[in-house]
Amino acid sequence: MIEVQHLSKKYGPFTAVDDVSFRAESGEILGFLGPNGAGKTTTMRIITGYMPATGGKATVAGFDVFDQPLEAKRRTGYLPETPPLYPDMTVREYLRFVAKIKGVRANVNDRVDAVMKKTWVADMANRHCGKLSKGYRQRVGLAQALIHEPEVLVLDEPTAGLDPKQIIETRQLIRELAGTHTIVLSTHILPEVAQTCQKVVIINKGRIVATDSPHALTERLRGAARIFVQAQGPADDVQRALQGVTGVVRVNLGERRDDVGNFDVDTETGVEIRGEVASAIVRNGWGLLELRPIGMSLEDVFLSLTTEEIEAEDVKAQAVVTDHGEVSNA
Amino acid sequence: MRNMVAIAQRELNAYFRSPIAYVMIGFFLILFGFFYAVPLYYFVQQSAQMGQSPGPMNMNQQLIGPTLANTTVIMLFFFPLITMRTYSEEKRSGTIELLLTSPITDVQIILGKFFGALLLYLAMIALTVIHLAILFYFSDPEWKPIATAYLGLILMASCFLSLGMFISSLTKNQIVAAMATFAVFLMLWVITWISPFVGPTTQAVLNYLSLTEHFDDFSKGIIDTKHVIYYLSFTALGLFLTAKSMDSERWRG
Repeated sequence: MIEVQHLSKKYGPFTAVDDVSFRAESGEILGFLGPNGAGKTTTMRIITGYMPATGGKATVAGFDVFDQPLEAKRRTGYLPETPPLYPDMTVREYLRFVAKIKGVRANVNDRVDAVMKKTWVADMANRHCGKLSKGYRQRVGLAQALIHEPEVLVLDEPTAGLDPKQIIETRQLIRELAGTHTIVLSTHILPEVAQTCQKVVIINKGRIVATDSPHALTERLRGAARIFVQAQGPADDVQRALQGVTGVVRVNLGERRDDVGNFDVDTETGVEIRGEVASAIVRNGWGLLELRPIGMSLEDVFLSLTTEEIEAEDVKAQAVVTDHGEVSNA
Repeated sequence: MRNMVAIAQRELNAYFRSPIAYVMIGFFLILFGFFYAVPLYYFVQQSAQMGQSPGPMNMNQQLIGPTLANTTVIMLFFFPLITMRTYSEEKRSGTIELLLTSPITDVQIILGKFFGALLLYLAMIALTVIHLAILFYFSDPEWKPIATAYLGLILMASCFLSLGMFISSLTKNQIVAAMATFAVFLMLWVITWISPFVGPTTQAVLNYLSLTEHFDDFSKGIIDTKHVIYYLSFTALGLFLTAKSMDSERWRG
């Protein structure tokens, strides 16, 4: 169990984390989502006892990370953003060393073997850590976090730098680990959260902007359902006509080619108005080319929560990022 | 204790896994060979002239003592290279995150690193025993003053290592760590040069601060608690500052 209450961290005048509170129950996977520099890593470093908070408190498995650091650390496995490997040690030597300093006393060799098998690094056991590929480095990092069978796992971007196959395997492993472990993982790949986490915490500029299940979050933020309409007719008139339909909140005119216009129609929740929208267009003698509801994806949710005004380039960049995420899931 | 041993072991292994230990021990032995051979030639020459100028010859005082005292200068050049990586490298590679999030205390980390480096030095000077064994084979020197000289070397090494570790804990850059360490070592080495130009009180303070002044008695076979306390408290200060530096790093992030 991980509990974070009113956590804040200041570097001089700069506030990296501002009054962050959340809770991950035993056996739960909590996804920590936010753009780069949002304070994800800082929060994780506080939970793992790497650095103290300026205010608030964090509890891991019932132990305060500041007052009882050794007890808390004994129960925490941590994979930092860069896997903390010693390049001159072989994978086996490295894991044996980590086992020792993490307090594994009995059957160190068995533990090392078991954890290497679990993270698929057994074939590299005698390779030097410095000569490993990025994917293997990440997995040895994960092995290192698991070696002392901690109750709590804190994983900072566990799938960063992996190829699509490795990403799927790693997510699979993380899902398997949940249940026996409480897991907090950070990421900026959205589908990852939807696939692996039971709870999402979205953080931006050091503040939590939303906490919920990925499903509920999408539902809640969809709020008003949106309908996509393509109609043939004078765009301004069509827009005005759609605006006049009861239950319509807002009509945005999208792309327009000749006399065909695309419209996004935001409607009130729980009101089915597709029929009225259709008849409003037909009644005026315009052509209704397309009409369909659009659901808001987690991407939309994320963007709407973390950005007030987005530059066109940013949107494009985000789209590329998420595309990658989706491609790798295919 | 077990954690400290694990850290010390890793440190020592790291020296021997890279070429550092071998290069350092190799060059140390070449230099030591030279430092040993020169007084030996003098000694042999003087022994040959003993017929003409009567006076007692003492192998301990005239050969072994000066040789071991001279080897302290090797520390000045080699130790910054040993200590520069202790923290800087961990910070650069991110492994410091592993150490600081493990259920071990800062003191265990610091002592582990300290003893790892000290053991490397012990491995270096252990090999010089061979040179002295040759003297024991052909002659009959006293072993006790030799033992005190080695004790002095180890105590002096402790001071340098703890100070070097402290400097390494201040920076991510190994070159900066090495240069700063060398500069501070050298300053402590030559600090008495200015003694003739300052008042008697300052002079006493400067003489007390000088790392080398305290070594002389050890090479003569004297264990003076004054010097032992100087070296031990100097080492403790270095380790304490390292601990404070780690702590401050943690707060600053």
